[in-house]
Amino acid sequence: MAGPQNAKGQQATAAPSSVPTTAPAIELRGISKAFGPVQANKDISISVQPGTIHGIIGENGAGKSTLMSILYGFYKADEGEIYIHGHETQIPDSQAAINAGIGMVFQHFKLVENFSVLENVILGVEDGALLRPSLAKARKALQALADEYELRVDPDALIEDLGVGMQQRVEILKALYRRADILILDEPTGVLTPAEADHLFRILEGLRAQGKTIILITHKLREIMEITDTVSVMRRGQMTATVKTKDTTPEQLAELMVGRKVLLHVDKAPAHVGEKMLEVANLRVIDDQGVERLKGIDLTIRAGEILGIAGVSGNGQTDLMEVLGGYAKATGSIRVNGQELDLTGKHSDARSRRKRGIAHVPEDRQSRGLIMEFPAWQNIAFGYHHEPEFQKNALLMDNAAMVEIAQDKMDRFDVRPPNPQLAAKSFSGGNQQKIIVAREIERNPDLLIVGQPTRGVDIGAIEFIHQQIVALRDQGKAILLVSVELEEILSLSDRIAVMFDGKIMGERLPAETDEKELGLLMAGVVNDKNAVKEGAV
Amino acid sequence: MEKMPKWADIALIPLLNLTLAFGISMLVILAIGQDPIEAVKLMVSGALGSTYGWGYTLYYATNFIFTGLAVSIAFKAALFNIGGEGQAALGGLGVALVCLYIPFPHWSVAIIFAMLGGAVFGAAWAAIPAYLQAKRGSHVVITTIMFNFIAASLLNYLLVNVLRPKGAMDPASAKFPETTNLPTFHEMLEPLGIAFSKSAPVNISLLIALLACVLVYILMWRTRIGYEIRAFGESPSASVYAGISPLKITMIAMLLSGGLAGMMSINNTMGESERLIINSIEGAGFIGIAVALMGRNHPFGVLLAALLFGFLYQGGGELALWMSIPRELVLVIQGLVILFTGALDNMIRIPVERMFIRAAKRKEA
Repeated sequence: MAGPQNAKGQQATAAPSSVPTTAPAIELRGISKAFGPVQANKDISISVQPGTIHGIIGENGAGKSTLMSILYGFYKADEGEIYIHGHETQIPDSQAAINAGIGMVFQHFKLVENFSVLENVILGVEDGALLRPSLAKARKALQALADEYELRVDPDALIEDLGVGMQQRVEILKALYRRADILILDEPTGVLTPAEADHLFRILEGLRAQGKTIILITHKLREIMEITDTVSVMRRGQMTATVKTKDTTPEQLAELMVGRKVLLHVDKAPAHVGEKMLEVANLRVIDDQGVERLKGIDLTIRAGEILGIAGVSGNGQTDLMEVLGGYAKATGSIRVNGQELDLTGKHSDARSRRKRGIAHVPEDRQSRGLIMEFPAWQNIAFGYHHEPEFQKNALLMDNAAMVEIAQDKMDRFDVRPPNPQLAAKSFSGGNQQKIIVAREIERNPDLLIVGQPTRGVDIGAIEFIHQQIVALRDQGKAILLVSVELEEILSLSDRIAVMFDGKIMGERLPAETDEKELGLLMAGVVNDKNAVKEGAV
Repeated sequence: MEKMPKWADIALIPLLNLTLAFGISMLVILAIGQDPIEAVKLMVSGALGSTYGWGYTLYYATNFIFTGLAVSIAFKAALFNIGGEGQAALGGLGVALVCLYIPFPHWSVAIIFAMLGGAVFGAAWAAIPAYLQAKRGSHVVITTIMFNFIAASLLNYLLVNVLRPKGAMDPASAKFPETTNLPTFHEMLEPLGIAFSKSAPVNISLLIALLACVLVYILMWRTRIGYEIRAFGESPSASVYAGISPLKITMIAMLLSGGLAGMMSINNTMGESERLIINSIEGAGFIGIAVALMGRNHPFGVLLAALLFGFLYQGGGELALWMSIPRELVLVIQGLVILFTGALDNMIRIPVERMFIRAAKRKEA
């Protein structure tokens, strides 16, 4: 596989950090991988010293996951070599990766929900046909690991009864049980509360102290700064830099990721609030399984105000947005601009909601916000396809007008490439989101519901989308912002409500709270000293 | 970046698939000790070598256009309607009832009512599976296939016990009145001085089928309801977000689909047999699935695929008649075409895509 040009690449890779005393735990030389016309990884070389935490940071689609999949044997590199502890190693499949001492903790856990912790740990490495000896052995080994790394999990608990933080620990234990001494974690904090994330970092520090090597893949600059020793930045399939964490700043990393200077915080003037725009009272949702997802929500948003809803995902935020957006039934009362909404009947659908001046940027843009196979110009009318500007006459739609409107919006919202004929799926996450934001904001809604506006969106586009949301607020509109990113909630919101287990745990003003306090509320711990007093805003 | 140019997707791939299907068919003919070249010659001359052959090829193609459009509309809404056979059979009943019991002064009036009758009966037969799918989640594949059996039994019963004229020996309705008989190509072309085989069944229904292609295109790509059907077919969850009602779209798509399948009977029942006979659909409902697959659910593609299958049907019939090639082998050839154009499409597609990507790269370099 290796062509002659790799030999050159190898020299260029000369160790980036201090003089290594031992062979690097992992060394990649000139790794390239293409998927059809897309060059996912291009001539990537890194070297990770044993006993360190090495961060890999980059925007979505920069090629981080592809690189790790090559290391874990899911993909075969088109070119390049992998050295583990100084030995060239072929990794054709994940079994080979495990044999080489590599363990991987995926973003989406690979656990059997109705198996116990112990059963999950031995899955695939049972000693024989009978389970009992393997289970006994694993129980002992797990106990030893728990003592060594502070990784305590009840071995007999069923996975489905454990929280996400615990499930992640099981994944780490699985890797360690397979004698991994190189651990790769892919976006490990995406589903964790701040407290759980802190705990994870303590575990990782413990593992490092024991000489394990850890590769942390993330798009969160804060985590990189907090825990890594060295950091590699990826952009568009290439490794743009590898630096020591203590020698760099978040601003510098962001610039390396995006390729230009970016504003990491949101510039916004104080809010000028007006009349009550949204009033939610005692809102309850019971899902198909009979589980109460919303347990009596009360909320108010005024014109010219952004209310941020913080919370770990799955605590009712999605249900709240679905009710407001018109695709879930509920009981209670919602008033928009003083008028009651239909929550169960004929006018509880999404079209009626739009008529009432509610626009909606959904959490999941790929399965809700866009038809991925449709060209951009057809997506620009999506949800508003009854509007008169898209009709030619009583029978036909005006395709030419749709293309024109799409072109105009795409130009003004800087969607790249600005080609309305391209299918939605051919745009990057950030540009897909810009198409949705352009469509929803330009309707001039009274109330905008925004779910995870910047999930999977590159830093450059985040800046732009935040500016648009703030601009809408400044026009006197009400905005409900739901995000699992606390940084985003803190920097955008005028007021913050925290949701936990289908209830609002409390409201705070961003200036008077911090991630720690919000984190406690997100975990269901109430401490009312900073609560927003009635009418404080 | 596109994986390959559009012309390759639309023309090259089906062509390669067909070549493969025919190549293997010829090997099979060789294997049973017959001359494949002779067979091809016979098929082509039998289906396209005379106005008689053309007349049958186009007659079959008319059936397949209706059923192919029917399958493709439902497919655009992600509904796999394999009940075309039953819906067409019920459509035949609708056409027969209209022709038998309403006195018409002229065929031009009769055909409008017959189309309505066929469409309404076909749509009604699709409505029950559609409702069960939308409201109860009963899979439309299962229910439509069961409705095919029910339709066959129902027609059997009606033709034997109700519609059969007293004293008649075969399970069929009475002859339709003369005023409902549709003009054949022979009758239509004679005044223009063009000679067309008198015994070929192709009739004015072909023009209606062509019109249906145009109307389906406009419906799917130019109207709001078409937009909603396509959106729902691509992503039901996004459609709900956009305020598109799944119940409404499922019902509309299936009613349109059943209606088109039902309309097929103006060709075979009103145009050809001029009475309702048993098993009048002859598998055209199922061929419609292959036609829609091969035609990429696009009306123009459906038209081309229907012509191809019309050719296969007629040419295959000639083969069975004039060579000692068993009738079953004709089914094998049709099966191979369906296999290669439908099921094994990716077998050819992926290497061709790679070829184009390599070529594009070489160009860049």
